[in-house]
Amino acid sequence: MSIKKTSLNNLHIKYGAKLVEFAGYQMPIQYKDGIIQEHKYTRSHSGIFDVSHMGQLFISGGDDLTNELEKIFPADLKKLKTNQSKYSFLMNNKGGIQDDLIITKTSDGFLIILNAACKYNDYKVIKSKLDNQYKLNLDESLSLIALQGPEAKNVLNKVIPGCDSLKFMNGNNYVYKNEKVYITRSGYTGEDGFEISIKNSDAETFVESLIENGSKLIGLGARDTLRMEAGLCLYGNDLDNDTSPIEANLKWAIPKSRIETEFVGSEVLKNQFQSGVKKLRVGIKPDSKVIARGNTKIYNDKNQEIGKVTSGTFGPSVEHSIAMGYVDNSYSTVNTKIFLEVRGKKIPANICNLPFYKKNYVKGKINV
Amino acid sequence: MSEVKYSKEHEWIKLDGEEATIGITKHATEMLGDIVFAELPEKGSHVDKDGTAGVVESTKAASDVYTPVSGEVIDTNQMIVDDPSKINEDPEESAWFFKLKIKDKSEMDSLMNKEEYEKFAKETSA
Repeated sequence: MSIKKTSLNNLHIKYGAKLVEFAGYQMPIQYKDGIIQEHKYTRSHSGIFDVSHMGQLFISGGDDLTNELEKIFPADLKKLKTNQSKYSFLMNNKGGIQDDLIITKTSDGFLIILNAACKYNDYKVIKSKLDNQYKLNLDESLSLIALQGPEAKNVLNKVIPGCDSLKFMNGNNYVYKNEKVYITRSGYTGEDGFEISIKNSDAETFVESLIENGSKLIGLGARDTLRMEAGLCLYGNDLDNDTSPIEANLKWAIPKSRIETEFVGSEVLKNQFQSGVKKLRVGIKPDSKVIARGNTKIYNDKNQEIGKVTSGTFGPSVEHSIAMGYVDNSYSTVNTKIFLEVRGKKIPANICNLPFYKKNYVKGKINV
Repeated sequence: MSEVKYSKEHEWIKLDGEEATIGITKHATEMLGDIVFAELPEKGSHVDKDGTAGVVESTKAASDVYTPVSGEVIDTNQMIVDDPSKINEDPEESAWFFKLKIKDKSEMDSLMNKEEYEKFAKETSA
């Protein structure tokens, strides 16, 4: 299969992107400034992320759609107002996560944003669970642009006036060059921001106008360090088919009203809610500068293996090595001393709270 | 005149009598991106030609640093451990990695000169 390109591919090249293959797409890992500068620019100004490789699945038709989707997703879709979004999961029967996603109620159905690597499988799974009266459209005529950072609202408002009135996890229709665009206030960096769903043919001029207004293109490299500092999971690293939302410490995303109801994986989840879980996702802060990347083994002070790192990097804003991973539940308390095996050495570390980076509105000060 | 040579693993080595200074090339730092961690060999230890003698990590990945010749580690550059970003800033001068007392000068013979290395770097990164 040939590698796919997003509608912004020419723009990535124009701005000096290093391109890599990611989930079957040619995507920018970084531009000329490099990951650290791009990361910091997003935190201090605003950054533009091409996330067009992600799936935009529109589902409509049928009076019973909300009920049918509640049998699939553990979200409270009945209570969702039009244009409101929720973070949720597509699970398997064992309660493992097949994908993590954002569901938004639209005027005639739902829009689900899916991870790039999972989207075609998600489409198949969801389609097979819904009967034929519903219309599913994994719309590849649309691009998805994320604009993130403290300046995002000012920059976007100059290009599409009025969008700064959106509330967090809410969306609405706007007009750009006489065409409909759908904007939600959301993101994956720990910053305020927006995701803009726009026709492929308008994406390039739209992004150029964001750049003219002071924003910069940011690659997947900085997207990864930003989301890690914000304590957010990356599907395939921190979440997978063998891990449940409870184990992933994402219990908050399962509303209480849904625990007793039925959905894919509900039996396992109900059980875990009652009796707890064996492993839990935690934040990890190494004592030194050593970076513990995914698959680093975690030990207790008796040299017994107690878990595994799933993501780790250097956090450019917290200026420290950071990681997250899964440990045996009895070691999940904050400040528990653990050891990370990096290149044959045991590196001392502590279990810590997530996120590593919290927005602090006192300028120039960051909570670590 | 001290002689500077280059390895296929993108290290440079400057020989001054029996003392060699070793670091990574500018080309290597450009491939790695922002360097955020550096680990050096222990002073007094012995390293063998083409063996691992340190680690650099960028925001993206970890890479081993190899020694292009054998010898005893007589000095290491604490500056790059304290501030790894110096490696991106000045890789071929102040951000050297370690110094060796070398045993066998002939180990230098198989290494590339500047012109050969530039050609090699260009070909391998294309």
